Amino acid sequence: MIDEAMAQEAGELTTGTEVPADAHSSSFPPFDSATFESQIVWLVLSFVALYLLMSRVALPRIATVLEERRDRIADDLDQAAQFKRQTDEAIEAYEKALAEARAKAQGIAQETRDRLKDETERQRLEIEARLAEKIADAEKKIAATRDSALQNVRTVAVDVAEAIVGRLLGDNDRGAAERAVDRELA
Amino acid sequence: MATGAEQAGGFPVDPLHQFVVQPLIPLNIGGLDASFTNASLWMVVTVVAITLFTMLGMGKGSMVPGRMQSVVEGFYTFIADMVRENAGHDAMRFFPFIFSLFMFIFFANMIGMLPIAFTVTSHIVVTFALAITVFIGVTLTGFVLHGPRFLKVFVPSGVPLALLPLVVAIEVISYFSRPISHSVRLFANMLAGHIMLKVFAGFVLTFMAMGAVGFVGMILPLFMIVALTALEFLVAALQAYVFTILTCMYLHDALHPGH
Repeated sequence: MIDEAMAQEAGELTTGTEVPADAHSSSFPPFDSATFESQIVWLVLSFVALYLLMSRVALPRIATVLEERRDRIADDLDQAAQFKRQTDEAIEAYEKALAEARAKAQGIAQETRDRLKDETERQRLEIEARLAEKIADAEKKIAATRDSALQNVRTVAVDVAEAIVGRLLGDNDRGAAERAVDRELA
Repeated sequence: MATGAEQAGGFPVDPLHQFVVQPLIPLNIGGLDASFTNASLWMVVTVVAITLFTMLGMGKGSMVPGRMQSVVEGFYTFIADMVRENAGHDAMRFFPFIFSLFMFIFFANMIGMLPIAFTVTSHIVVTFALAITVFIGVTLTGFVLHGPRFLKVFVPSGVPLALLPLVVAIEVISYFSRPISHSVRLFANMLAGHIMLKVFAGFVLTFMAMGAVGFVGMILPLFMIVALTALEFLVAALQAYVFTILTCMYLHDALHPGH
């Protein structure tokens, strides 16, 4: 670039000799090589200053802010994911507890039902046994009553037969009457 | 630039007067002409504006950005993405240079849109100095990183052997004409736009001088100035973008030759 500047200096000299008075307005200004040198000098100065300001100060600052924000967002997302995981775990634990409780409740219900059934069955058997006993007693009593009733029937029959025979024949033969009644009853 | 009105004869505005470099403080350091001119002044203004914009805009650098901070961060991410996408991740070490380059051209172009301002980028010597810096920097980077293998950039793959000398010749010519097209594109765009604005402004003044009839004729060029001003803002931003993205592409060639 220094060579270039030197070449332009040479160019400036020639144009300077050709158009000494009014170099600016007579030629096309952007091609006026007399201005090249100072423009390059100030372009280099200002651009280098800009480059240093940007690369040393401005850009690192912007990069830091952007990076911090990116990190922060990533952190927040991580945290959100962690919270979600915790929530999922809590829901899972709750559902497990619920299922356990339900199973336990069913167990208790079943047990109670079984126990009550057993109890009822036992009571039923007991009552049935008692009833059967009572029936047997009653039947025995009935049989006894019948037997005694039958016994009475014989005695009455013998008495009646003896009385009838005695009235009709005047002969009281108790043994014959008993034999005749037994014969008839048998 | 209305000062141009008195010096031109028929036409009220000299469209080229806005490009004249005038020394404000003549300065000569060791035989080097370092005169502080209006061009120098606006270069310094550009640098100061960028510095204030990036420093004050960032403020305290809050986690949740305000308006200005968002704009500054927007410029940063825009250029960073451009470098990454067009030149690759390994080009990020040149990011400060490319950012400075974009900001300098962008702010110079935009400040040039101010009515009293001098457009730094409307001078070929400025754009060429930037372009040749990129050219030399890219070429050096290529040779430093790849040595002679960098020459592969002139030999596209998959070309028939018979055509190779021709293709290589074309590649070499196109490579060395890069700084010219790179600089002339920016320079010509800025120059032409500003000349056009001044020409239409001259028409407006000419018509105004004609009195009542002129006020009717004035409407069209005045409308054109408004439209052209909008267009020039677009061009100012677009040319800064184009210059920077071309730099990224040249850098891509230097970092990954033979692609």
